[in-house]
Amino acid sequence: MAKKKKLKKHVINREWCKGCGICVAVCPKNVLELDKKDKAVAARKQDCIACQLCEQICPDLAITVMVKYVEESASGDK
Amino acid sequence: MDVKYYLRERFFPHLWCAGCGHGIVLNALIRAVDSLAIKKKDMVMVSGIGCSSRISGYVDFHSLHTLHGRALAFATGVKLSKPSLNVIVPMGDGDALAIGGNHFIHAARRNINITALVMNNRTYGMTGGQFSPLSGVGTKATTAPYMNIDREFDTVELASAAGATFVARTTVYHVKQLQSMLKKAIKHDGFSVLEVLTQCPTYFGRKNRKGSAVDMMNNYRDTTVPIGSDKKKENPELIERGIFVDKNLPEYCQAYADLVERASA
Ligand SMILES: Cc1ncc(C[n+]2csc(CCOP(=O)(O)OP(=O)(O)O)c2C)c(N)n1
Ligand code: SF4
Ligand code: SF4
Ligand code: SF4
Ligand SMILES: [Mg+2]
Repeated sequence: MAKKKKLKKHVINREWCKGCGICVAVCPKNVLELDKKDKAVAARKQDCIACQLCEQICPDLAITVMVKYVEESASGDK
Repeated sequence: MDVKYYLRERFFPHLWCAGCGHGIVLNALIRAVDSLAIKKKDMVMVSGIGCSSRISGYVDFHSLHTLHGRALAFATGVKLSKPSLNVIVPMGDGDALAIGGNHFIHAARRNINITALVMNNRTYGMTGGQFSPLSGVGTKATTAPYMNIDREFDTVELASAAGATFVARTTVYHVKQLQSMLKKAIKHDGFSVLEVLTQCPTYFGRKNRKGSAVDMMNNYRDTTVPIGSDKKKENPELIERGIFVDKNLPEYCQAYADLVERASA
């Protein structure tokens, strides 16, 4: 059966993040935002589709999107 | 993949400004090398001087940080002495095409198997925002406070005319395309030139009122089109992205090895 990529968790390196906002702007699901200290945070994790675009575009290599692969049918967490 | 495996972590957070596009090139380069499964010990980065050139210091490959404009000359020496190595030369627009212009055209003419990355932010970032040969007419710079009147080079046309056998262009907004072009440029057996449009929000952006790093990236999305797009016919100002040249001609290290063999027969 086809496996689907799902979010495990975002690991954001706050020491490396410079608050440029690029990840926030490119995320197709509006998951990320900058906090009061201008660091990226995953404010709406539940909307993340684990596309990893934020991870691949961050100029500071500050984001890792950890993913898991689950059976399509077993992905019942709505 | 573990990005940190490819980094010299002791130099992080890196020195580039917030939102500098050079970091996106670094990010894509690591992923390209990882997906080609090239060992770190088989990679060499040779750079000159500039914000862009600093990329060589951040990766855990063999690296040489040389003279402004002259990286291709050093890289030619490395490649000829050990042709099995993958040699990448990241350069700024000033580094590659102002002071380094002659090295650039002659490396292209020789068709030596080196990957030249031109990280084009249309300015001399490191030295404070002077105009470069890629700034273009009408732009502003610290050395052109009223307006720059020098026409720009078209990197793709220049590299093609000089004889590069792989010539491509993309932007840091198009990260997937950037990764795939980096892979193709590295794999190409000959001199490959990849121009990457990358933002310098600190100088080019501020001087030219281009907004934030995000605005500058959105501008790459809005002002570039794939090669052959109909939109380009309606609006010639749009910049084309894609692979412009991809051909096979005798590679320099191979031609040299063949010559040595013939001479010693
Ligand atoms: C021989 C020499 N001339 C001038 C300089 C000063 N210098 C250092 S970097 C640079 C230009 C940097 O611009 P670019 O190559 O476009 O790289 P960027 O910083 O924009 O990435 C200049 C003129 C130098 N280091 N060496
Ligand atoms: S793109 Fe990277 S550096 Fe910029 S805000 Fe997001 S995590 Fe921070
Ligand atoms: S993985 Fe994709 S959807 Fe999830 S936060 Fe990153 S960009 Fe947004
Ligand atoms: S000055 Fe420009 S090119 Fe240099 S690090 Fe800052 S944004 Fe990047
Ligand atoms: Mg530059």
